[in-house]
Amino acid sequence: MAVAVFAPYIATHDPQQAILTDARQSPSGAHWFGTDRMGRDLFSRVVYGARTSLASTMALVVCIFTIGSLMGIVAGYSGGLVDTVIMRVSDMMVSFPGMALAIAMAGIMGPSITNAVIAITMVSWTKYARLARSLVLKIKHEDFVLAARISGGRHRHILWRYMFPAVVPTLVITAATDMGGMMLELAAFSFLGLGAQSTSIEWGYMLNQGRAYMQAAPWLMIFPGLAIFITVVIFNLLGDSLRDVLDPRDTGGAGQYTPLVVQLEKGIES
Amino acid sequence: MKIKKRQLGQRLLQIVIVLLGISFLSFLLIYLAPGDPVRAMFAVSGSIPSEELMDEMRVSLGLDRPFLVQYGTWVLNCLKGDFGTSYSTGQPVAQMLAGRVAPTVQLTLLSMVMMMVMAVPLGVVSALNQNRLLDYIARGITFFSISMPNFWVGLLLLYFIALKLGWLPVVSKNMDLQKMLLPAFTLAFAMAGKYSRQVRAAVLEELNQDYVAGARARGLRESVILWRHVIPNAMLPLITILGLSLGSLLGGTAVVEIIFSFPALGSLAINAINAMDYPLIQGFVLWISLIYMAVNLAVDVSYSILDPRLRKGV
Repeated sequence: MAVAVFAPYIATHDPQQAILTDARQSPSGAHWFGTDRMGRDLFSRVVYGARTSLASTMALVVCIFTIGSLMGIVAGYSGGLVDTVIMRVSDMMVSFPGMALAIAMAGIMGPSITNAVIAITMVSWTKYARLARSLVLKIKHEDFVLAARISGGRHRHILWRYMFPAVVPTLVITAATDMGGMMLELAAFSFLGLGAQSTSIEWGYMLNQGRAYMQAAPWLMIFPGLAIFITVVIFNLLGDSLRDVLDPRDTGGAGQYTPLVVQLEKGIES
Repeated sequence: MKIKKRQLGQRLLQIVIVLLGISFLSFLLIYLAPGDPVRAMFAVSGSIPSEELMDEMRVSLGLDRPFLVQYGTWVLNCLKGDFGTSYSTGQPVAQMLAGRVAPTVQLTLLSMVMMMVMAVPLGVVSALNQNRLLDYIARGITFFSISMPNFWVGLLLLYFIALKLGWLPVVSKNMDLQKMLLPAFTLAFAMAGKYSRQVRAAVLEELNQDYVAGARARGLRESVILWRHVIPNAMLPLITILGLSLGSLLGGTAVVEIIFSFPALGSLAINAINAMDYPLIQGFVLWISLIYMAVNLAVDVSYSILDPRLRKGV
């Protein structure tokens, strides 16, 4: 993240400046990671790419988080018809391979990083909605909620004051552990040409471009990929340690994956 | 047994409802999409049509009719087995999809087998040596596999194995095992991490069960306990997620297919998207949802067959 913020200071060259005479130079003292087919400095592009890639990943996680938890809280709290409708829609999404649907949607809406974010959000929010709903159901009948309602608290007040704080910690852990995976999905979209376009500097798209020059200029595909890999590793490490700190139930670093099966089975039963 | 049949019927009904919902959604999206398929069709052939010609085309394709009529016609045709005609190639969509099914199934099965070969030993070793050196090594490998972008793995494999070492051809004409090896490995590698974590967690859970302590008390050898009791039990919950993976792999694996220019469903979908070939996209969406839900249903059924506790009809 520091790299993204301080990009202009770290980068050694202007990432957009094309010097065609320097096209496809191998890594050297002047160009640490070499240059691409237009003679642009790859190191600077990778550094600037951190901005787009991180920002879009953040945006994606925030979108999924907000929509998912809101839907889940509302479904759990209001019950009845609203609950049924929201959960049916989410059932529909779960009984579907996310990536393939997202690819189709992004394709239909036209390729751009915003559309990629929208498409992935549309297929991923349900996980958070389910989680938030189950958490809300758990505390819905606790004494303090009943007390708030008896003493005349309005629904909106109860939602914000009691429900939201109760679900946020668990959801934040989930979001933190998902960050790396989301970044991979977005990069995959850009790689397929369905995300970032040539005007923006993004790692996935850089890989897509580099693929054509694999034989002549392998560094074009090695370094952006390495950048994605390192960032995802950092995200995953952060997510894992955050989970270990905040979630005392888990032991041994693998427990996170057991609930998935349980969750799915519940989904099938309900 | 009676209840069983009713459940099955309910599930089938559910599948039909979901299919209708998904197809309606994608139809709506296409209807609202900014692109003009007729223009795209002519762009492919390279000619610049007059407005009248394009209008004529729209009428003949039924694109001028109201949305619900278009959708209704499409559903009715689908029920008759006619999924429309591709805009970009002029072939029937059903035929184009069918042509890609065999390679997709082969690639899926091969990568699943490779994945199991990698993930199961890794997970079991990891669980048996919990929090010892081997566990940390295995978990390190898993962590790598989860964090590596699979398209990057694919590119690196292509570069080093095919280009530099020349062990496998970069592009081979005929469909054979050689061509599938690298794509399947790329897919398997990405999945292996997730699965070995699951295997590890499941084996650990089983090891803590009372029956393991009981077996030890009876003096059974550790290897017998492991192979006859723990592993079969630990594998059972895996079937569910295995089914999920199977379903999504059968839906095509666009990224890997593009890298290795492997002609399966994923690359067909990407081509369809680039050409704004809406009937083909529509057919693809229908296919993946159908296959995905069919696999899930099969998983549930197999569950009740494999697990004796469920077999007696719950």
